[in-house]
Amino acid sequence: MITAGHLFLALLEGLVSGLVLALTALGLSLVFGVMRIVNVAHGEFFMLGAVIAWFFSTTLGSFGLALVAAPLAVGAVALAADRLVLRPVRYAPEATIVATIGLLYILQQLVLMVYGPYARPVDAPVYFRVEFPWFGYSGYKLVVAGLAALLLGATWLVISRTRLGLYMRATQQDPDVARAFGVPTERVYAASFALGAMLTAVAGALVVPIQQAHYLMGLDALLLSFMAVIIGGLGSLRGTLAASLLIGLIDGVVSVFFSPTLAKIVASALVALVLVVRSGGLFGEGAT
Amino acid sequence: MTARDRRAAWLHVAVLGGLLALQAVLPPFHHTMVARIMVLAAFAVGYNLLLGYTGLMSLGHAMFFAAGVYGAGLPVYYAGLGAGPAMALGTLAGVVLAALVGLLVLRTSGVAFLIVTMMFAQVFFLAALYFNPITGGDQGLVLTGRLPPVHLLGLELTAASPAVKYNVAWAVLAAGLLVAFGLVRSPAGRVLVAIRENEERTRMLGYNIFAYKWLAFVTAGGIAALAGAAYALLFSYVGATFASILYSIYPLLWTLMGGVGTTLGPLVGTGVMTYVVDVASGVTTSYLLVVGAVLVLLIMRLPAGVMGGVRHRWWRWLP
Amino acid sequence: MVAVAPVTLLRTEGLRRAFGGLQAVRGVNLDLAPGEIRAIIGPNGAGKTTLVGMISGRVAPSAGRVLFRGRDITRLPAHDRVMLGIVYTFQIMSIYRALPVFDNLALPVQRRLMRTALDRLALDPRAVARGVEAALERIGLQDAAAQPAGALPYGHQRLLDIAMALALDPEILILDEPTQGLAPDEIARLLGLIRHIASGVTIVLIEHNMQVVLEVAQRVTVMDAGRVLAEGTPAEIEANPDVQRVYLGQ
Repeated sequence: MITAGHLFLALLEGLVSGLVLALTALGLSLVFGVMRIVNVAHGEFFMLGAVIAWFFSTTLGSFGLALVAAPLAVGAVALAADRLVLRPVRYAPEATIVATIGLLYILQQLVLMVYGPYARPVDAPVYFRVEFPWFGYSGYKLVVAGLAALLLGATWLVISRTRLGLYMRATQQDPDVARAFGVPTERVYAASFALGAMLTAVAGALVVPIQQAHYLMGLDALLLSFMAVIIGGLGSLRGTLAASLLIGLIDGVVSVFFSPTLAKIVASALVALVLVVRSGGLFGEGAT
Repeated sequence: MTARDRRAAWLHVAVLGGLLALQAVLPPFHHTMVARIMVLAAFAVGYNLLLGYTGLMSLGHAMFFAAGVYGAGLPVYYAGLGAGPAMALGTLAGVVLAALVGLLVLRTSGVAFLIVTMMFAQVFFLAALYFNPITGGDQGLVLTGRLPPVHLLGLELTAASPAVKYNVAWAVLAAGLLVAFGLVRSPAGRVLVAIRENEERTRMLGYNIFAYKWLAFVTAGGIAALAGAAYALLFSYVGATFASILYSIYPLLWTLMGGVGTTLGPLVGTGVMTYVVDVASGVTTSYLLVVGAVLVLLIMRLPAGVMGGVRHRWWRWLP
Repeated sequence: MVAVAPVTLLRTEGLRRAFGGLQAVRGVNLDLAPGEIRAIIGPNGAGKTTLVGMISGRVAPSAGRVLFRGRDITRLPAHDRVMLGIVYTFQIMSIYRALPVFDNLALPVQRRLMRTALDRLALDPRAVARGVEAALERIGLQDAAAQPAGALPYGHQRLLDIAMALALDPEILILDEPTQGLAPDEIARLLGLIRHIASGVTIVLIEHNMQVVLEVAQRVTVMDAGRVLAEGTPAEIEANPDVQRVYLGQ
């Protein structure tokens, strides 16, 4: 019997996963919007964030430090990938996809070699329960939701208030015009790519105490981010945010009541149909 | 132009003849390897019709290979269907799936097409997992002992026989190449290349772009399904892996390596990469690392692949 | 044209096209008679290319109709209009640079030869070759068949572009700024070609080069800001004060 309690739990779960997804998807959306490329390795940055956070957490004993170190490390990897691979193929759309598929396998398999095939947990840095009328809920999950929301707000501030944000928006509108106005587009591309990777990495780091770090966890993250970005409309950060929350909520509700595989089937089909119906093109009217 | 066609045709005959003769000298391990490579190369040949000739990069081609695998394998497993009818059924499954999916998917192009094909293939893969009781899911189903032998010319042919494996694989590759070569050299083939070069111009020359793309899509899907059906029956295994994204990435990888837009390129690419992966998997469980590295290197250094390089430098008449 | 009432080959009625908030074409009525050479002129952004885009089927109108021989073809897709005889050549030259000249011409030639589904898979190569040779002779490029089209000098590429259009056996040939980038002698050659084919074909010429217009056009339609500003013979248009204002006031 479905009670209000069940529903509320599903909604809470959905909110948490929706906000985490929003962080991840935002990274992908930024890269889509500013650089006009699809980064198929995006999920692997999520996974790397989780694995590196696990590493710092277990060796140094401080999860807080891990939360800072992981995105920085992943950002460095992203910068390297941009310099070594993306720039030489000049960000050509299909070549980038092939290259990032290769990158996906490289990152994934390197982690497999070094970290192994097992899922390893990390203890939550804070442990408390929030008591609701029907159940006790993990306090850490609420902290995650809060932090995610905070980071989303911070990113919005960076994009709308800082010079970097201005450069990014200009490059998104029209890279040639931006260049003519003196915007260092090459560096903006690198910065966007790194920023996108770091956002995702933080999301990955945040969820390790909840769902453990595993070398294959990037694939689900990729699929869900794709969905959020496409349904929300490429080039629209607000759309990505809205879609992430929607997907998180729906996923939360559906997973409680139905099979997760079925949920994924419906989700993939939905993305495909959205793209087919909006067949005018992948990039919607750019709006931040 | 016909002299060029003749030279190209002779090259194909020579390659196929060479492969046929090769079975007499190959040691058992390589015998099976080459048989596998030939079937998978047929898969890639079909894919190349889309990528190399029509200029459509799909990341969902595995669903047609898998349609062939399941279309042939399931009737054999559950009903003991004979090899001939099973192959036909598998191929038909792929053709029908490609025809239906094509109607939707071809409304998009470029990156959108890439993502949509990937999503459709994902749906197919997840469905194969979801219907685990029927399909065997990830574990799959073993067909050994369920495929009745074929009686041909007084001989009894079973899938277990290496000679049967090799020659049926060869026949599948030959069929795939025949269809591909035929299409590429036909008036329709010329239109496909024109679509790749400048779609809008081709439309304004009076060609129904959608119809031609659909033709290429269905042909590519059909060849992939034929390969899938053969693979399932020859190697006695049906499994969801064949529908996974890896099997959509493989033909892309093989075609890029061997030469996009050449008919023999996919064969070279499949051969090289299958051996590379085989060697790598002997060394480490993370052999997909090699796949990743090769993809990155290829796209950066050799976008035209091996055969493309050959064509550019020595043999301009290569189809 | 001595006819009492000229037969209309192509007519547009109230053609409109908006892109988002921008009104590119605001209600154009045009009548083309068979065999006429019509120039459409106007400043940049006047809507000329969008107008012919709606005639050729590349662009769907927001409102209005296109009629060919009295038949409403507004919904007919572009590739079918080509087979009716409405042929458009692009403003930015669109030959297949990487393909040999032969293949460039084979595409329109074989299109005309394709009648059944089977033709798509096999045509008599000699028939195609004959058609290509005839097309090459028309523009005097018989020796260039095997060359990649991109290797031709610019003027010859333009000729090839037009030869491809002619190989489709058009009733209405729309040339979008064909003389752009051509040297004077190449322009003369092109005009000669145009006059030569004009006896059987209606030609619509979008042009910025007034000399060309004065030399070859029979009627001129002047567009400005999406509307027809004036229409008449070249001499009438040259003398028209509105036209002068639009051009001189730039």
